[in-house]
Amino acid sequence: MAKSMEIEVNGKRYVVSYPPDTPLLFVLRDELGLTGTKYGCGEGQCGACTVLLAGAPRRSCQIPLSAAAAKPVTTIEGLEKDGKLHPVQQAFLDAGAFQCAYCTAGMVMSSVGLLETNANRRPEEIVGFLQGHVCRCGTHPSVIEAVEQAAKMIEERRR
Amino acid sequence: MNTTRERLVAEPERYEFRALPIHQFELARREFFKILGAGIAVFAVAKDALAAQETAPGSPSFHSEELPKEIASWLHVGEDGTVTGFTGKAEMGQNIRTSISQTIADELRVPFASVRLVMADTTLTPFDAGTFGSRTTPTMTPQFRRVAEAARNLLIGVAAKEWNVAPEGLVAADAKVTDPVSKRSLTYAELARGKTLAQNLPAEDPITPATEWKIAGKPLAKVDGRAFVTGSHKYTSDIRLEGMLYGKVLRPPSFGATLASCDDSAAKAMSSVVVVRDGDFVGVAAPSAQEAQKALDAIRTQWKEVPQVSSEEIFSYLKNSAEPSSSERFRREKGSLAEGLAAATHRLDATYNVAYIAHAPLEPRAAVAQFADGKLTVWTGTQRPFANRDELASVFHMSESNVRVIVPDTGAAYGGKHTSDAAIEAARLARAAGKPVKVVWTREEEFTWAYFRPAGVIEVKSGIAADGKLTAWEFHNYHSGMSGIETPYDVANQLTQYHQVPLVLRSGSYRGLAATANHFARETHMDALAHAAKMDPLDFRLKNLSNLRVRVVLEAATKSFGWPRQKTQEGQGFGLACGAEKGSYVAACAEVAVDRASGGVRVVRVVEAFECGAIVNPDGLRNQVTGAIIQGLGGALFEAVEFENGRIKNPHFATYRVPRFRDVPVIEAVLLDRKDLPSAGAGETPIMAIAPAVGNALFDSTGIRLNDLPLVPNGLRKA
Repeated sequence: MAKSMEIEVNGKRYVVSYPPDTPLLFVLRDELGLTGTKYGCGEGQCGACTVLLAGAPRRSCQIPLSAAAAKPVTTIEGLEKDGKLHPVQQAFLDAGAFQCAYCTAGMVMSSVGLLETNANRRPEEIVGFLQGHVCRCGTHPSVIEAVEQAAKMIEERRR
Repeated sequence: MNTTRERLVAEPERYEFRALPIHQFELARREFFKILGAGIAVFAVAKDALAAQETAPGSPSFHSEELPKEIASWLHVGEDGTVTGFTGKAEMGQNIRTSISQTIADELRVPFASVRLVMADTTLTPFDAGTFGSRTTPTMTPQFRRVAEAARNLLIGVAAKEWNVAPEGLVAADAKVTDPVSKRSLTYAELARGKTLAQNLPAEDPITPATEWKIAGKPLAKVDGRAFVTGSHKYTSDIRLEGMLYGKVLRPPSFGATLASCDDSAAKAMSSVVVVRDGDFVGVAAPSAQEAQKALDAIRTQWKEVPQVSSEEIFSYLKNSAEPSSSERFRREKGSLAEGLAAATHRLDATYNVAYIAHAPLEPRAAVAQFADGKLTVWTGTQRPFANRDELASVFHMSESNVRVIVPDTGAAYGGKHTSDAAIEAARLARAAGKPVKVVWTREEEFTWAYFRPAGVIEVKSGIAADGKLTAWEFHNYHSGMSGIETPYDVANQLTQYHQVPLVLRSGSYRGLAATANHFARETHMDALAHAAKMDPLDFRLKNLSNLRVRVVLEAATKSFGWPRQKTQEGQGFGLACGAEKGSYVAACAEVAVDRASGGVRVVRVVEAFECGAIVNPDGLRNQVTGAIIQGLGGALFEAVEFENGRIKNPHFATYRVPRFRDVPVIEAVLLDRKDLPSAGAGETPIMAIAPAVGNALFDSTGIRLNDLPLVPNGLRKA
């Protein structure tokens, strides 16, 4: 049965009425219109639906709405601040690290989660961390290049 | 519904050769200025120039069918100076929105940023057979060059009239026409103001040679890149219309199953749920996807199932089920095979098997359909918007002019989105509901009810002389297809034949079609022959190869790779492969590392040389080549659709393994820019050399010859 719940997404609070086991992904997309987060498999296998839950990258297709109610959610739409892209977005754009770009939002969110906790990452760590993401167009080398570049930008910013 | 579904079943590669309906040129033209406002417009009907390249000498193809000869494009220069190009092609990640815009900007002499493209909209864009077959660049580049040049000349003509001077002396540059004598100039916007000037393009205008390109040929970034990194781009699956419902379709438990009984009363009793039964089609629409799923789950059905071939037995089935065919279309013979085999000092026969694989585009099939005022509008991610429109019109007994199909830039296709399945499903539900309906296939539906790259069996018989020259070549392909079936090597005595087999799984186009299967068999066999002749695989190929463009890519790839390489580590192996298809040329070298204890296989490095004439956008091309290598590694190493009793056994990313970050080797793409040659497409051919290069490297490492794709689905077993 549908239940009213309050969730915080990209700093805004919303009251939504859904069964508590509804995956967060569908609430974001169909209720809040935040369609930057993508459905790719619904099984936590492709990473296209990745969002930040209290800063940690999570597959939103695997998070029941009830579990999202207690923690702030960040989606791809929430990264840009005052018209300025997040360093990870900027690095993806600079490296042209996308073709069809359907997987891009998920990879960006994972990379933000990875680098915001610690931007000093070895290349193998980045590769391992993105292993859960599927890109069928084969942009992997430029994605790695972009994440390494973003890591440098975030380090610079912190200095 | 049922008959429609059967009609839509894709036969391998037929789409590439479908006859064209007469396009809607006159109708669309009348509407043109009404939609776009005043300005200057040029319409083009391409002549047979594009067919020529397909039959160019050395092009290994015996496609006798005619290619589309009347693909139109058009261009509009608006009163504000905005340049709009119109093409029926769809953007699915191959970056043609960028490369076509570059071409227009280059030829019209305007800044890149002032060009926009309207793509794949059956009301706004000219007829197009579809975005497939690596046809966009070879057809659209020269066409848009010609329309842009004609538009430029029109603008010069307007200025000449205005100033009462001869047009010959005027110069067009930077979106302006200038008179060098009087130093007067007028912008394109000023020249277009108040005009409704249209011109049909005269046949074959000269176009700017690649050596003089200023905007084309450059690595410009993908247009709309910011929309993709911010998540604001709307794919089909992101569209929300007022009052829209979410649709789900009931799928049979197995292929070929028919509905014996259906109790939908529980679903019908749910509030706000629409249930549709129409023959074997059962579908629901509800205000949310979750409610639709609940309603679907509440439908009780019984199905009549029929026995189906399983993946365990597929190769013997294909070999034994070939249709007897004497059609010359499928057979090429040269010299005398018997004499060639008799002259051989060494003979080698082998059989190669290629599994079904899935496209698995990350955006599954999706469509949003809306009926309003007797018209149907469908947004859907398809490679063939006009065919979708025609099929929708046929299914719903509407006139084609009342159906509009729009393709938002799509989450990839790789040959997998030719059909209209989701569009028809959404429209059927929308008609019943009286509201717009969105249908997005689940990943499991995508893996099960889409179509596959067909499996195949390839038999090769061959002979070589003592000096390593090929004397005989016999090549039979069962089922997988004819693309790339003819050998580029010099053999006096040869027989090549394609054998049709009735479909087992629903099958259709896949990036490169059967070129991957045919190159895998041929290039693996050539490697085995090289070893039989005790020759280096590169030397053996070059000895039998006079096709210059193939030789050039082969030499470029091996040079960058450092062929021949000395092994420095246990388990290391090197392999190469080459070929040509669709007017482009490829050679790949692969390095593998095999852990014989665990059976673990890793592709360490790939160097691939690629040549497709004059390069329009080197970055876009590099993406296509790199992407094809990575995608090709999946089919080479581990991808295979497993099926039993009409059910797919691995319809999830957890069980159908696709290449991921750790599978990606060091990749070096060597792009050869031939500014003296017309630009060919690059979406497909870069994929076809990777599987044989890797297989040959595995042989070099282990001495084990693997003749089946995928090569090592479970790692390399001990031998």
